Amino acid sequence: MRTCSILPLRHLAVLMSALVMALVLATGGARATTDISEGSSTADHSKFKELKGPFATGPEVTRACLQCHTEASKQLHKTKHWNWDVVNPATGQKLGKKNIINNFCGSVVSNEPRCTSCHIGYGWKDAAFDFTSEENVDCLVCHDTTAKYRKFPAGAGHPAYEPMEWPAGSGRFIEPPDLAKVAQNVGPTSRRNCGTCHFLGGGGNAVKHGDLDLSLVEPGRYLDVHMSPDKLNFSCSKCHGGDAHAVQGSRYTPTAKDTTGIDIPGRTDGKRATCESCHGDEPHPATANVKLNDHTDRIACVTCHVPRFARGGFDTKMWWDWSTAGRLDENGKPLKIHDEKGREIYSGMKGDFAWDQHVIPEYRWFDGTVDYTLFGDTVDGSKVVPINKYGGDPDDPGSRIWPFKVMRGKQAYDVGNQTLAVVHTWGQDDTAYWRNYDWDKAVETGMASVGATYSGELGFVETEMAWPITHMVAPTEDAVTCEECHSRDGRMAGIEGIYMPGRDRTGWLDLLGWAAVVLSLIGVLGHGGMRFYAHTRRMQSNEN
Amino acid sequence: MKTERIYIFKRFERFWHWSQALLIMTMGATGFEIHGTYSLFGYESAQELHTSAAWLLIGLWVFAIFWHFTTGEWKQYIPTGEKLVAMIRYYLTGIFTDAPHPFRQTTLSKHNPLQRLAYLFVKLIINPAIWVSGLLYLYYSDWSAFGLGWLDLALVAFVHTAAAFMMVAFFVVHVYFATAGHTPLSHIKAMITGYEEV
Repeated sequence: MRTCSILPLRHLAVLMSALVMALVLATGGARATTDISEGSSTADHSKFKELKGPFATGPEVTRACLQCHTEASKQLHKTKHWNWDVVNPATGQKLGKKNIINNFCGSVVSNEPRCTSCHIGYGWKDAAFDFTSEENVDCLVCHDTTAKYRKFPAGAGHPAYEPMEWPAGSGRFIEPPDLAKVAQNVGPTSRRNCGTCHFLGGGGNAVKHGDLDLSLVEPGRYLDVHMSPDKLNFSCSKCHGGDAHAVQGSRYTPTAKDTTGIDIPGRTDGKRATCESCHGDEPHPATANVKLNDHTDRIACVTCHVPRFARGGFDTKMWWDWSTAGRLDENGKPLKIHDEKGREIYSGMKGDFAWDQHVIPEYRWFDGTVDYTLFGDTVDGSKVVPINKYGGDPDDPGSRIWPFKVMRGKQAYDVGNQTLAVVHTWGQDDTAYWRNYDWDKAVETGMASVGATYSGELGFVETEMAWPITHMVAPTEDAVTCEECHSRDGRMAGIEGIYMPGRDRTGWLDLLGWAAVVLSLIGVLGHGGMRFYAHTRRMQSNEN
Repeated sequence: MKTERIYIFKRFERFWHWSQALLIMTMGATGFEIHGTYSLFGYESAQELHTSAAWLLIGLWVFAIFWHFTTGEWKQYIPTGEKLVAMIRYYLTGIFTDAPHPFRQTTLSKHNPLQRLAYLFVKLIINPAIWVSGLLYLYYSDWSAFGLGWLDLALVAFVHTAAAFMMVAFFVVHVYFATAGHTPLSHIKAMITGYEEV
């Protein structure tokens, strides 16, 4: 009933987002979104006979690329982008998309063909994928400048090679890209290239990060001062770029405090994914409030300079409750419910959602260490389980207050084993959750894929996962104002371990202090009143 | 009793008094906003005003201390028991019955014994507490560099706030007693013109 009454609005919303998408893609294609000016490259790839094509598959293109860029795949083989597998040297934890579990779609393992549509390779459809294959590195997804190249959503990283229906049964088809044309138009990476995966993480635009979504393809200055074509027009690689395809900046091992200051080639570590690597640790000019530079030792730059996330017009997902998934409509299709703004708030495939935009981050102490709750780690189903714990302590000078998007939800866990469950969500077999909506089968297969045995008792545990907010840096005039934190119930209300003027006080001192002031006032007013009274009486008696 | 006009407060003294009054009121108004008591200028403006006024006041103080020592005026604040009881009695009873003021100002003794005590308390207790805690507060980020890493901001803020409350209480009483001269306006006139009617 509810869905019927809001249908027109919902259509409008869908139409609007389609329009925005079309605009974004069209402008992204028509205009260079990199900081490298047009014509600065010494090679015109459309003149290379190796790229004449035709190409039947992605790997065929890669083979052509490798004829000149002989070391490219070897470089990429060393990266997280390829392996989805990294060890955090501080904690020894094995992380990377391959190993962690999140509270969005869950885990990559057992769901590869779907999840690996965001892998920079071709063909990772199961655990047997050959990570040493050079031709299976996808050059185009990062270097396409035509905006026409797209991996098929369930193609294990391949694009469509013939018109393919998506979503299955929808009657809509994804057309195959012209691989030769794309190959002849490769260039430096752009925001749109990186955004192909990073803006769409968690199953759609804006879902996952909160500070990364399609609005950053062509952001206004209001949204991001660095990336906006109005002025700096930074590509992602301007900050995240590095030598030999090694991308800088990591959510697994972030830099909570960069004391190196401005990075000068040859003199410093050469890392430039932190704000400090360009701005230093005393970034505010002499004309600004002198106290601002005093904050940089305890407050991350982004705490003030990203006042809210999801500011580009798209809602980001804030809550995902898998426990309610599985409701089907009269045709046996998963039910979908949208709210009055057209946002999907229930999906039979995924459960209940809550969305929000212009969200004020949550603030926490952070020292750069992140500890994940991984497969096999014991969890207490009666408590909120942190998917990741950010280390930090007010007494540790290496900790600063950071902004986070905290994603909350409920997800499957194995009650008998007391571990988070690995769910086999997507697949063509009978046990995949989105095939038959049978949790037990899906979890049994999922758990087996990581070598665990499902206890047979399934529960849903509330989890939270923190995502540091670093993008959507607002112009100076929109930065968080002093009183938003220096006030009784301001943004820092939950931050412990420090005394903050405007927020904190010693209650009894205020009581005593005001009592003294009020008593002084009563005293002098009483004394003055008596003087006045005595004076008036004297005047009267003199007259008499 | 015959009234005569004597020159009590020299030009620098009057300038010092009134500019100090203005700066202290500014610091009080902005300080309690920073403390979170109310919202008036906005936190950032309050903080900037508070800091600027503090530096001006420090500058003024440097001059005033220099002046006090070079002119010997610091002796005005040496406590005395002479006429102390008489002053207390005057404020408790005499002032209501139009009794004569027990203290007669001279250029060598400008302040009555109660004033001497009050100003000495301000100069030796309230001001040092407020200045030391205030400067520490202002240079919070440099504590480690100064070897003061062990200090606690909550404690510094406590001292600063406590001293501020004392200053407000002093201000209230001081403003009132400005009307308690030989005539209600004689003290105030003296602080403006320099001449007191005694």
